[in-house]
Amino acid sequence: MIATIWFCLVAIMIAGYVVLDGFDLGAGIVHLFVARTDRERRQVLQSIGPVWDGNEVWLIAGGGTLYFAFPALYSAAFSGFYLALMMVLWLLILRGISIELRSHIESPLWQPFWDLIFGGSSALLAVLFGAALGNVIRGVPLDANGFFFLPLWTNFQPDTEAGIVDWFTLLTGLAAFVALTMHGCCWVASRTEGDLRQRARALGLKTWWAVLALTALITFFSFHLQPHLETQFSAHPWGYVFPLLGLAGLAGMRFFSSQQRDTAAFLSSCLYLTGMLTSAAFGVFPYVLPSNIAPEAGLTIFNSSAAPYGLYIGLAWWIPGMLLAAGYSTFVYRRLPAKVT
Amino acid sequence: MDSALAVHRLHFAFTITFHYLFPQLTMGLALLIVILKTVALRTGNPAYDQAARFWVKIFAINFAMGVVTGIPMEFQFGTNWAQFSKNAGGVVGQTLAMEGVFSFFLESSFLGLFVYGEKYLSPRLHWVTAFLVFVGSWLSGFFIIATDAWMQHPTGYKIGAGDQILLDSFLGLLLNPWILWQYLHNMIAAVVTASFVMASVGAYYQLAGKCADHARIFLRTGVVAGTIAVLAMMFPTGDGQGRMVADHQPVTLAAMEGLFDTSQGAPIAILGQPDTEAMKLDNPLLVPQALSFLTYRRWGAVVKGLKDFPRDVWPDNIPLLYYSYHIMVGIGTFLIALMLLSIWSLWRGRLHQSRPLLWALMLALPFPYIATTAGWMTAELGRQPWLIYGLMRTSAGVSPLVSAANGLFTLIGFMGLYLILGILFLFLVHREIEHGPVPAADSMGGTK
Repeated sequence: MIATIWFCLVAIMIAGYVVLDGFDLGAGIVHLFVARTDRERRQVLQSIGPVWDGNEVWLIAGGGTLYFAFPALYSAAFSGFYLALMMVLWLLILRGISIELRSHIESPLWQPFWDLIFGGSSALLAVLFGAALGNVIRGVPLDANGFFFLPLWTNFQPDTEAGIVDWFTLLTGLAAFVALTMHGCCWVASRTEGDLRQRARALGLKTWWAVLALTALITFFSFHLQPHLETQFSAHPWGYVFPLLGLAGLAGMRFFSSQQRDTAAFLSSCLYLTGMLTSAAFGVFPYVLPSNIAPEAGLTIFNSSAAPYGLYIGLAWWIPGMLLAAGYSTFVYRRLPAKVT
Repeated sequence: MDSALAVHRLHFAFTITFHYLFPQLTMGLALLIVILKTVALRTGNPAYDQAARFWVKIFAINFAMGVVTGIPMEFQFGTNWAQFSKNAGGVVGQTLAMEGVFSFFLESSFLGLFVYGEKYLSPRLHWVTAFLVFVGSWLSGFFIIATDAWMQHPTGYKIGAGDQILLDSFLGLLLNPWILWQYLHNMIAAVVTASFVMASVGAYYQLAGKCADHARIFLRTGVVAGTIAVLAMMFPTGDGQGRMVADHQPVTLAAMEGLFDTSQGAPIAILGQPDTEAMKLDNPLLVPQALSFLTYRRWGAVVKGLKDFPRDVWPDNIPLLYYSYHIMVGIGTFLIALMLLSIWSLWRGRLHQSRPLLWALMLALPFPYIATTAGWMTAELGRQPWLIYGLMRTSAGVSPLVSAANGLFTLIGFMGLYLILGILFLFLVHREIEHGPVPAADSMGGTK
C-alpha cells in the first residue's frame, strides 16, 4: 500500500517535471524558428527566465524522491542507462549556462552562439527523455542482482539485444520531441504578443498533426512490444481514463489554439502530457522497470521500494514540504507579468 | 587507471571538487549580501545598496555554475555508485530528497526575484528574498552535510535482509552527533571564502584607485566578517571536528598526523613526509606533546599510532590524506594571521593606506578555496577504505556493470566540459569586477 502511494507521488513529480520543464525545453526548441530577431529571442528567454531553474528543481526533487522511495530502481536504472544519463547531464549543463550567460555580453557572435546551444540542447534533451520512457516500456535485460548495462545502440531492434536507442525508443524520442515542441509553442503563444505570438501559435498547430500521428504510432507499438500493458488495462478498465485525458488534452489544444485562446491551449497541452505519462505509468504498474528477457526478473514497486518505516516517515515531511513548495511557486508565478514585452 | 573502482572514485572526486568551488562562495556570499542589504535598509546609505547589487551579480554567475554542476552529483549516486545506492538509498535518500523538497524549491523560487526583482519589489520585500535565498542555501548545506555525516559516522540504521541498510530512526539520522561540528565548520569555511573574496576585490579596487567608496565597504565587511569566521573556523568548530575524528575514526587521526607509533605525549608534525613502507615520518618538524593536548586536553595522553591498527582499515592513500590535512591547517593558520593583521590595521584606520596588507589580501583570493578543498579531501580520504564508515567498503559500493572504459569516457567528457565552464566563469567574473559597482541610476537600466 505505502509503496503504491509512493509510486503515485513519484509519478506526480515526474509528470510535474515534464509539464513544467517541458514548456521551457519546448521554448528552447522553437525559439530558433519562431523568434526571428534578437528582441524576440529575448522575449522568449524572459518568459522562462525567472522559472526555468525552479522547473528543473522538479527533476532534482523527483530524482531524490525516487532515490529514497525506490533505491533499487534508482540504482539499476541510473547505472544501466549510464551513457545516456551522462549525456543528459552534459546537455543540462550546456543548456543552463546558455540561458544564464546569454545576457552578459552584447556581441553579434555571443548571443547567436548561445541561442544555438540553447536550441540544440533543448531538442536533444527532449529526444533523450522520450527514449528513456521508451526503454521503460520495452524493458531492459536485468540480471539476477537487479542490474543491467545498456550500450547506446546495438542493432536498433527492440529485442533482447537492444541498446538504449532502437527504432522503438527512437520513435518515442521523436514523439517527446514533437510533443514538447507543441507544448513550447503553446507557452510562447500564451506569454507573448504580436508576430511572435502568431508564429508560435501557427507552428503549434502544424506540430499538432505530428503529435497526433506519433501518439498513435507509439501507442500501437507499445501495446505490441509490452504485453503487460494490455493485461493491465483489461484487468482494470478504469485506467482508460488516463489515455482519455491525454486525448481530451490533445483535442483541446487544437480547439483552443484555433480560437486564439492560448492560455487554455497551453493548459490543454499540459493535460495531454500528463495523460500520456500517467497512461504509461498505469500501464506498466506494478512494474517500474520491466525485464525484456524474463518477465519475473522485472523490478516492481514491491521488490524495489525502501523499507516501510522510511516510507511512512517520508510522507510526514514530503507532504508539508511539497505544500510549501507549491506555495512558493504560486507566489512567484503570480508575480510574473502576464505578457513579456 | 584500468580499474573501474579507481575511475569511479576519480569521477566523483573530480566532479564534486569542481562543483564545490561555487556553493562555498554562494553560501557565504548569501550571508554577506543579507548583511549589506540590512545596513542599507537601516542607514539608507545607497553605497551599500550598490555594493549589494554588485555582489548579487557575482552571486548569480556562481549560483548558475553551482546549479549546473550540482545536478551530476545527485545522478552519480545512481550511475557510478549503484550498489551503495541500492543498499543504503533508503537512508541517504531521505536527506538527499529533503534537500530537493525543502531547500531547492525555496532557493529557486526566490532566486529569480532576488536577482532580477529589485526593480519591482519594495526594499523590504527584496531584503526578504535575499534572506530566503540565504536560508535555502544554508538548508541545502545542512542536508548534504547530514548525508556525508551519515557516511562518516552512520546512526539511526539497522541491517536488514540481503545486507540492506534500513532506516531505523529518522531522528537518529538527523541528530547524528557528527553533523553539528561538520556543518558549522563547513558553513563557516564558506563565510571565510566569501569574506576573502569580498576583501580581495576591495583591496584590488583600493590599490587600482577605483570605486573608492565601494572598496572601503568591501574591505570593511570582508575583514570584519572574515576575522570572526577564521577564528570560529579554528575554535570551536575545527577543534570540535578534530575531536569527532579522534573519537570515532582514530585510525584516520593517526594517518592525518602521520603518527605511526602509539605514543604518550604525542607530538604534532608541522612538516614531514609519511613513509608508509618504512612506517615512519621522514624529515619531521615536531611540536612535542601538542597532539595529545589538542585531542585529549592532557599533555601526556596516549594517542594510538597507525602500527596498532590492522592495515586493512588504514586509509588507502595516507600521503595524500596527510598532505591535504596539513595544507588545510597550514593555509588556515596563514588566513588567521592575515585577517588579524588586517582587522588591527582597519581598527587603527590604516588599512586603506597599507599597501603591503592590501596586496596580501588581494593575492590571498585562491587560498580559502584551496584550504576548503583540502579540508574536504581530508574528510573523504580519511573515511577510506570505507564508503560508509565501518559498514560498507568503497570497493563494495561501485556500480557492478559500469566498466572502467565507460567511466573514463564520461570522466574525460566532464573534464572537457568543466574546462570550458571554468574559462567562461573566470572571463565573466573578471568582466563584472572590471565593470565594478556603479551608481543606482546606471545599473537599473542595464539589467535584463
